[in-house]
Formats: sequence, C-alpha cells, structure tokens
Amino acid sequence: MSSVAQRASLDAVRPYGDHLDDGLVQLSFTLPVDHGPLAREAALALVRDKMGLIKPEIVHAKPLTPGYTYFVLFAQCQHAVDCDRLAAVRTATRAMSEEEVDAFVAERLGRPIVVIGASTGTDTHSVGIDSILNLKGFDGRHGLEAYHWFRAHNLGSQVPNTALLAKAFDVEADAILVSQTVTQQGLHLHNLTELVELVEAEGKRRDLLLVCGGPRITDELAKELGFDAGFSKGTYPNDVAAFIAQELAARERPPVDAAAPEL
Amino acid sequence: MRSKLALDAGLVRSCRAAAARVAAQVAEATAGRSSVAVERTVARMLGVDGVDPHDVPLPNALVDHVAELDGLPRGVAAWVGNAMVATERTAAEVAAAVGAGELSLGELPWAEREPIERAIADAHAATIAAMRARCAERDALRERLGEQARPHRYVLTATGNVYEDRDHALAVAEAGGDIIAVIRSTAQSLLDFVPFGPTTEGYGGTFATQANFRIMREALDEWSRANGRYVRLSSFCSGLCMPEIAAMGAAEGLDNMVNDALYGILYRDLNIQRTMIDQRVSRAVNGRFGIVINTGEDNYLRTADAIDAAPSVVASQFINYFLARDCGVPDAQIAIGNSFEIAPSVENGLLYEWAHAQLTRELFPECPVKYMPPTKHMDGNLFMTHACDTLFNLITVATDQEIQTIGIPTEGIFTPHIHDRVLGMECSNYVFTAARSLADEIEFKPDGFIVRRAHEVLREAHAMLEEIVEIGLFAALERATFGDVSRTLEGGRGADGIFDVASDYLNPLAGAVEAPAGV
Ligand code: B12
Repeated sequence: MSSVAQRASLDAVRPYGDHLDDGLVQLSFTLPVDHGPLAREAALALVRDKMGLIKPEIVHAKPLTPGYTYFVLFAQCQHAVDCDRLAAVRTATRAMSEEEVDAFVAERLGRPIVVIGASTGTDTHSVGIDSILNLKGFDGRHGLEAYHWFRAHNLGSQVPNTALLAKAFDVEADAILVSQTVTQQGLHLHNLTELVELVEAEGKRRDLLLVCGGPRITDELAKELGFDAGFSKGTYPNDVAAFIAQELAARERPPVDAAAPEL
Repeated sequence: MRSKLALDAGLVRSCRAAAARVAAQVAEATAGRSSVAVERTVARMLGVDGVDPHDVPLPNALVDHVAELDGLPRGVAAWVGNAMVATERTAAEVAAAVGAGELSLGELPWAEREPIERAIADAHAATIAAMRARCAERDALRERLGEQARPHRYVLTATGNVYEDRDHALAVAEAGGDIIAVIRSTAQSLLDFVPFGPTTEGYGGTFATQANFRIMREALDEWSRANGRYVRLSSFCSGLCMPEIAAMGAAEGLDNMVNDALYGILYRDLNIQRTMIDQRVSRAVNGRFGIVINTGEDNYLRTADAIDAAPSVVASQFINYFLARDCGVPDAQIAIGNSFEIAPSVENGLLYEWAHAQLTRELFPECPVKYMPPTKHMDGNLFMTHACDTLFNLITVATDQEIQTIGIPTEGIFTPHIHDRVLGMECSNYVFTAARSLADEIEFKPDGFIVRRAHEVLREAHAMLEEIVEIGLFAALERATFGDVSRTLEGGRGADGIFDVASDYLNPLAGAVEAPAGV
C-alpha cells in the first residue's frame, strides 16, 4: 500500500493539511494592538505581505487586555524546499545499546572513557544531566555510570565553569558534558560560550570532547558555539555514549580514508 | 469536613505529633543563632531602606559594617539603637550615614541599655504600625470588592521586566485570574542582598524588589477598583534573603508568598542551618501581616518519581505545616502544596492523583491547600500539555483545592507568553464552571483504588515521620528523604552568614528568634 506521502517528491516539499501540497500551516501570536478591525487587518497583512503565506484566515481573535490581541490563523505556504539540496545536518552516529557501546569501547579503545558533567552557571536544573549520567538513567535506560567502560563524574547543578574544568583536568576527563535548561534571554549562550573559551585558553580544546544538552539545545547550536555535539529532549544515555565512544575511536585511530569515515 | 477517605484519625494524630516534635527539634537546634539576613530584616523593620553611594543596599551596608566590628552577636539593633541615642538620628539616617562612610558605629560610646531598647522599640513599632495599616487596607479592599469563588487561580508572570509583567498581569486579571505571582529571576536566591529599585532585566523571572512589588500592587489595585474584584499579589520568600523579602512584602501589601522551609536547601543548595534560621523569621513576618504562605512539596515530584515519592510529600507537608505554626502562622494562612505530576503514560494515573489530592485536602482541613499543575512530563507538545491540564483542573475542583496554580500549555518550553496564560485560564474557567459542584457529588468506594491508595500513602508517610523524629530532620535531609536530593548540615551556601548571639543580643522581632538558654 503506498501512502500519499510516498507519492510526493522530495524536491518540492510543502506543509500538508489534508490534500497533498495544500501548504496549510497554523499560526498563533499576539499583536500589541487593541482588539478591533485594525488589529485584524494588521495580523492578516503581516502574514500575507511579510511572512509570505497566502490566503490567511483568522479563525480566532481575542482581546487580552487593553493594547493586546491574540490571534489564531491558518494560511497556505506556497514555497517548497528541495530536500536533496539540504546539507546533511546530523553527524552520523551509529545507534548503539548500552551493551554495544561497552563492547565497542573494549574493542576499539581498550580503556575506560572518563566523562564529567554538570549543570553550569546558576542553572539549578539537574534532572537532565542526572538522567544521562546517573545509574538510574532515563526512562528505563541506565545512565553512563552503569556502563562498564565509562567512568562518570556528576558534579550536580549550579557549578561554575571554572570548577567544572578544574575537576575535568583532575580526573583526566575525555569528555565534558554540560547541561543548560534556563534559556530565557539567552542565558545559556553566555554560559556555554564561556566554557569553550576557558578550555581554549588552557590550550586543551583538542584533548577534550565538549558535549552539551538540554531541552532547548540543538546539535546545530552546539556546534555553532564550539561544542562537538548537542543533545535535546528525548535523548537517551546510550545516544550520548555512542557518540562519545565513536568520536573518541575516530580521533584515536582515525580510519584510513578520513574523508569517508565508516563507523 | 467529613472524611470521604475514612482516614484513620489516630494515625493522623500520630503524624501531627511526630511532625510537631520535628519542628520543635529544629527550633532547639537553631536557638541562640541568627544570620546576616535576619539582621538585615531587623534593619528594614527599623525603617532602613535604599542604597549607599556604591549601590549597596543600606541593610547590607549596615550589617556588613557591624560584622566588621565583630559586633553581630549583640544584634544590629543594639548598634543602631546606640547610634540613634548618641546622634539623635533615625535608624534610616544612621544607616545612610554608615553607608556614606560618615559614621562609624564602633567609635560611639555605649549608652545605657534602657534608652537603646526604647529607641529600637519605637522605631520598630512605627514600621509595624505601617505594615498593620497596609494589612488592614488589604482586608478592607478584599472585603469591599470581593473575590471569586474558590479554587483561586494563581498565575505566574516571569518576563524579567517588571513593566511587561504588569501588562501580563492585567491580561490574567481580565481572564479571571485571582492571584498574580511574579516569579524571581534565576539566581536571585543565591544573592545575599535584595536588589533595589524597579528592574527590567531578569532571566526566567523578574527580581523581587520592593519597587517591583509596588509597581505590581498599584497596577492590580487600579484594575481591582475599576472592575470591582480584588486581585491578589504574590511573590517568593526564598533564597538567602527569605526574611527580608517577607518584610518587603508586608510593606507593599502582598497577599500571598511562596515560603517553603526546605526549598532553598534542596533546590538551590543553601545551607540547612542558615535556611532554618531564616525561614523562621521570614514566616513569622508573613504570619503577622496576614500573608498566606505557600509550601512547595510539588517540587519533590519533579526530581523523584511522583508515585514513589507521594509519602514523602505528605511527611513534608506535616513538617512544613508545624514549622510554620511554630513561628505563629495561623492555619488559614498556610497553603499546603501538592501537585499533579504523575507521568501521563501511567495507567490509572488519574486515580492516583485523585487519591493524593483528596488526601492532602483532608489532612489539612483548615488550610487553603494549593494544587500545582503537571510540569515535569510536559514537553514541546503544547496541545498534550493542555490536555493534561484539563484533567488537572478536574481534580482541582473535584477535591476542593482552594488555590490552584494554573497549568499553561507551554510549560515544557518557556516561561509563558502573554496569551499562553490566557489559554490556561480559559481551560481552568471552563472546568471549574462545568464541574463546580462535583466534589459534593462524589463518594469513594470504601475498598476502592482511591481509598486504598490514600491509606497506603498516609501509612508510609507516618512511618517516615516516625523515622525523622528518631534521626532528626537534618539527617533525613542527608539521606535524600525529600525529592531524592541529599544535603549535609555543613554544606551549601550561606553558612558563613550564621552567628551565635551574645547574652545582650537585641532583636525587636520578639519571639521570632529565641534568646539563648538562660537569658
Ligand atoms: C523540574 C523543573 C525545575 C526544578 C529543577 C529541580 C532540579 N534539581 O533539577 C525546580 C523547581 C528547582 C526548577 C526551578 C526553576 N525553573 Co524549572 N523546570 C522544571 C521542569 C518542570 C522540568 C525539567 C526537567 O527536569 N525535565 C526532565 C528532564 C529529564 O528533561 P531535560 O532536562 O530536557 O533533559 C533531557 C534532555 O534535554 C537531555 N539533556 C539535558 N541535559 C543534558 C546534558 C547533556 C550533556 C546531554 C548529552 C543531554 C542532556 O537529556 C535529558 C534526557 O532526555 C521544566 C518544565 C519542563 N517540562 O521542561 C521547568 C523549566 C525548565 N524551568 C524553568 C524556569 C524558568 C525555572 C526557574 C528559573 C524559575 C525561577 N525563576 O525560579 C528556576 C531555576 C532557577 C535556577 N537557578 O536555575 C523554565 C525554563 C524556561 C527557559 N526556557 O528558560 C521551564 C521550561 C518551565 C517554564 N515553562 O517556565 N525547575
């Protein structure tokens, strides 16, 4: 049985509502304008003339308090993307279970991997980093502490970057794992950038894998900030372990043909 | 209130007795000690406010100055009182002069005790009178304008900018909100001072400052008067300035404040003893000026499993309650916290929630219990969060909770945008209206799931309380009894701000800090 989606071509992908290529999208936003015809027109004009969507339709409008109106709209997106021309976004890490990671490290590295993690700066959220590092793990899957070939140190939350780094040198960590949850006003960006700068100032960037994570972290953001990888919601400890193990293996014994690493 | 759960009254009594004992042990363990935050509160209660030429808050400038003289054991009040007598200035003028570097309290000769005590008592009485007047004005306004039926909807704003918060608060009021709480900025808890003046830059919250309190209160008063319905204001007494923030709240006519005895210890790694000393004074001040305090047991279910940790919530509720009672907070002002945090995937999760919420309701019949929405398992799927919030709203009204922190569809993503709260309010309004009298209709099957579960949780909570009496609260905290978080007596921030008081220690907040034995 072939679905409608299979019949769509990947060189011109549009949003889908109930007819292939209908381009339907839903939007909701507030305008700082009193509820009334002017606010409605402003919402429509914004979507139609500036956001480039066609046939916008306001399906719900509500005054919030004088000066503010909330809208829900539907509109159609006439633009399309060519998936074939998108740069590969993810570095390919082969998915591995806890056992597979352990076996891989035993074979390829033959020594335990030392990782150290913390939720840094003033961030008190520790559940994310705990679920990656602690024995209990996340959603029934063990954290790195449980892995035979990992030595995991978890410094907890509200840890200054300097303290994390000092301890990382102390335990001769292979990888530093940073968690950031509070992202309001870009707070996490400051914290993450500072860590990279500190590591670089010590001249140790090449000796350390830098990994960050949190609900609003993406791999792209992480790389932009100078980390090796970033992990978001839904990450399991074995995802992180697989990345670290494969990356270290590639670095310690680069595959012969560096252009096409095969892991 | 008739028990629908047919709770074992003897067991409840035994829980209360154990928790009262735990609270008494804490009072004993901290007696004879004060902290820099308590002393700064004393300064505020004498009328000290403002900043010095370097923007250091005057209560800090004053207390730091006295600390440099090694004079804290006498109490900052003694030093200020002495200076008031010697220089014929008010406490505020003394602090300003100290802050400006024009006056060194160490250079003044010590006056007789009696005039010092009188000067302090007078200054303190003036502040108390102003706070009492504030409190009476609130009572009158609430009475005159009226409030909506309970559950009262408690809604957070957290833009970081007090002026944006003000607009968000008005949108909440329009949507039917009853209590607006401005949540503090990230990291304010770790500051050993309260920032001064209106603030427009905060992260994940807005700084609790006295000026910000005033801006919010004025806007809500204006709305309340114009719309004939009183809207309450809340903030957070937490962190290293718990008691100071309580005093600021009393000065500005706040109605509610989050004030949990253990939150700072567990979730900001503040020192246990420092927090115990501070919470006592903080809550005493809240209690005196009619402010309803909220406890924060909901947090345990975010760092521990919501089903496994249910007994620890109940044990903590009893302890939090008796710690509050112990410093004079009446039942009607203790909003005991509970929450709806079981993973949405759990079969019969709703029945567990029902049992837990009904249990809290029945254990604290005279308290305005406060119910918190699902948070931990909420993620980027805001529509699913909205669905979970709907069931949460149902339990809220069906178990007669008196205060509800409303659920917000974007809980798992960011601090709410202006319309997110309104969507949350609409859901709450809908369910509260549609199921208004549901609680009156419900009886539970005597041997059914809900009754059995409630009994089980109470039994286990009782066992925990018995153990805590045995080992003491501090050891229990070390054993990760609450929220799966372990803290040690000597660890954590703020321990350097604790000191032993001398035999001539002066503190006008009578009863708030015990004098050492034999004095
Ligand atoms: C629990 C919680 C708390 C607890 C934290 C307890 C603790 N010890 O952790 C308490 C109550 C203390 C708390 C406090 C605050 N919180 Co909070 N909190 C939450 C909540 C409800 C759940 C977070 C959580 O534990 N998720 C479960 C874990 C398992 O998920 P996770 O963190 O995403 O982790 C996963 C992945 O992201 C990844 N991951 C995470 N870290 C890392 C690191 C590495 C290296 C890797 C590889 C992967 C990885 O793997 C994990 C497993 O898959 C969220 C709302 C929500 N549903 O997200 C708000 C939330 C995160 N909190 C928020 C805020 C604003 C705060 C406060 C600032 C509020 C205030 N003003 O006081 C304070 C924090 C103060 C401070 N100094 O930091 C906001 C953040 C908004 C933002 N985007 O900036 C949220 C989104 C709530 C909201 N809607 O407003 N909070």
